Amino acid sequence: MTVESTAARSDARRSGTGGKRATQAATGKAAGNGKADSNGTAEAPEGATASGTSRKAAAKTSRKPAAKSTGSTKSTGKTTRKAPAKSAAKGSAKAKARTRAPGDGPGRPEPELVQLLTPEGERVTHPDYDVDLSAEEIQGLYRDMVLTRRFDAEATALQRQGELGLWASLLGQEAAQIGSGRALRPDDYVFPTYREHGVAWCRDVDPTMLLGMFRGVNNGGWDPNTNNFHLYTIVIGSQVLHATGYAMGVAKDGADSAVIAYFGDGASSQGDVAEAFTFSAVYNAPVVFFCQNNQWAISEPTERQSRVPIYQRAQGFGFPGVRVDGNDVLACLAVTKAAVERARTGEGPMLIEAFTYRMGAHTTSDDPTRYRSDEERTAWEAKDPIQRLRVHLERAGLADDAFFAGVEEESEAMGRHVREAIRTMPDPDTMAIFENAYADGHALVDEERAQFASYLASFADSDSQEGR
Amino acid sequence: MAATGTAPAAAQKLPVAKAINSSLRTALENDPKVLVMGEDVGKLGGVFRVTDGLQKDFGEDRVIDTPLAESGIVGTAIGLALRGYRPVVEIQFDGFVFPAYDQIVTQLAKMHARALGKIKLPVVIRIPYGGGIGAVEHHSESPEALFAHVAGLKCVSPSNASDAYWMMQQAIESDDPVIFFEPKRRYWDKGEVDPSAIPAPLHSAQVARPGSAVTVAAYGPMVKVCLEAAAAAAEEGNSLEVVDLRSMSPIDFDTVQRSVEKTGRLVLVHEAPVFLGTGAEIAARITERCFYHLEAPVLRVGGFHAPYPPARLEDEYLPNLDRVLDAVDRALAY
Repeated sequence: MTVESTAARSDARRSGTGGKRATQAATGKAAGNGKADSNGTAEAPEGATASGTSRKAAAKTSRKPAAKSTGSTKSTGKTTRKAPAKSAAKGSAKAKARTRAPGDGPGRPEPELVQLLTPEGERVTHPDYDVDLSAEEIQGLYRDMVLTRRFDAEATALQRQGELGLWASLLGQEAAQIGSGRALRPDDYVFPTYREHGVAWCRDVDPTMLLGMFRGVNNGGWDPNTNNFHLYTIVIGSQVLHATGYAMGVAKDGADSAVIAYFGDGASSQGDVAEAFTFSAVYNAPVVFFCQNNQWAISEPTERQSRVPIYQRAQGFGFPGVRVDGNDVLACLAVTKAAVERARTGEGPMLIEAFTYRMGAHTTSDDPTRYRSDEERTAWEAKDPIQRLRVHLERAGLADDAFFAGVEEESEAMGRHVREAIRTMPDPDTMAIFENAYADGHALVDEERAQFASYLASFADSDSQEGR
Repeated sequence: MAATGTAPAAAQKLPVAKAINSSLRTALENDPKVLVMGEDVGKLGGVFRVTDGLQKDFGEDRVIDTPLAESGIVGTAIGLALRGYRPVVEIQFDGFVFPAYDQIVTQLAKMHARALGKIKLPVVIRIPYGGGIGAVEHHSESPEALFAHVAGLKCVSPSNASDAYWMMQQAIESDDPVIFFEPKRRYWDKGEVDPSAIPAPLHSAQVARPGSAVTVAAYGPMVKVCLEAAAAAAEEGNSLEVVDLRSMSPIDFDTVQRSVEKTGRLVLVHEAPVFLGTGAEIAARITERCFYHLEAPVLRVGGFHAPYPPARLEDEYLPNLDRVLDAVDRALAY
């Protein structure tokens, strides 16, 4: 199979589909969209009716749990953080309107992405979502993304050098992860999949902790409660239910924390994700579903997962969904902030579809040249999240050369740190096999531990005898 | 709180279902973090009425009717446990647990180890299981071996009202996930429950009837059958010792071993298919531990390697007194 033939097939497969049209809309190059008409017909009526339904459902469900368990705590939260709560309510109300704007009638392509920074680095406004950040804060987002990418690149290289058994790169998804991650408070709780290295960075999780699982020294390895960042979950979509249950607990506690669940476009096909949508809506749980649609679930394109844009699925469950430019860190921050604030104030769940692209392979074991074209990747490279923020920082005079040089220096240091850490990471003790299988212990584990220990000890005995 | 809805203060005779109800009630009263969740557990009180009256007394926030989604029930219970709650979830019937099997096996069982012990998952999954009630397909299965095989889970099954009461308390107090198999055809069997008694450890096996010639070990619904078999055997002059295993993970091999060292013979009885079942594991271990004490091979009585049959055949499928006594005779014939 040649790359060309794969590319040709791949192009043919995607022509006239939601993914492609949205891509064009995102880049502002949506020329000649007439050909998309045949696909657009079903969308508008659906959206129009769901508008009322979703609002009603939210109002109906929100009353019950809020009145019971939260009461005073929640209203306190509201008043102490008056401004954000207010803007959140505004954002969410508009979010509903936004996804079903009058222009979304039959024949129109799906609504454009929420975008605050064009691929060319131009700052634009959006009627419903915005952020007001200082130069330092924008610089911080840039630094986060550069360091995250550097960490990721280092890990990929270390896998190639045999130091890691596998690595799942986030290359290209830095804006989605940093933007959403920086929208959270420390008391919020994150349920990641296995690619959220950037979100982990925002949660102050030591990056080298993320490597243990991929090196094979543990199956997770950190205390989720230290940084309110749950363990990586490999089974697709499972953690979305955990997030929902956790959020149900948050509501029961009367806390005003929000919970965010990360998952991919492939996971959106899993029953667990649909069940999480159901439970979160029914119990009005303060959970934000953050789907990073990176276009590919290993080799399966998004259109193999859904015949409607992923964010629109939320309507059927009774809560709002919105699609954001996942390569625009400012937009990801703004939309996620609105969604978590909405959750905090008892308005229930929200689905965010971050429309982005996995620039690398699914994992280091994957070969994307077998299923996607070079042209596709090249087109997405033009929308690189880091480059566009850099252009913005430069053009707007928000950062000087010294700043960029400083970040570059930090990035080098990060690389060195990761290399050193991985090479000095100790293998686990053999007897760790038996540790933590159970919290309260288990007779069989005790028996097998003792048997295995004595088996191992028998080698030590024979070794010492041979040495004699 | 309604007069009917208080946990028992003094010893009284209760059916198994009511004993579990009392136990849940006690747990809900004692620990505000305990939650009861499942399909129809609220207003209806569960299809077997095991949770009857709990929602009325503890409210919808503690006794939660859920959507009809088993993976969702277990998956959200995991999240609630991570938040500090102790959910007790009901899977309505044995054959309905499989949509949740992934969450139980890949998530619930392994999360404590994955976090190097930093987090605990005190989730109890109640599964009314086994046959004998004339039900339709998927309502009479015994999938316990599938769960006992998974490290990270504990599996128990009471056989009588007192154990049902105490073992439920202990399962809820455990920091490990416990699959609690309720023998549904024993729900209506009455037994004495004494809330002031000191219960045996959750995972200990108990000698339900002492004897000297053959050890018959069983758990859950089959214990009663074995006790009846022992009574019948006594009339024929054969002394059977009946061991109630109570726990399928871990299994209390020491108690079984002690009994077999005394009797020299072991017959294992369960409703689940014999092939790769709990009995197979016990037979292997006991053979290893008691090889020189055994006067006969360890024999097993159980279900066949076939789908659970339609209800009009279940009396033939389920081990009964005759099949147990037949195995006892075979063991004694060596």
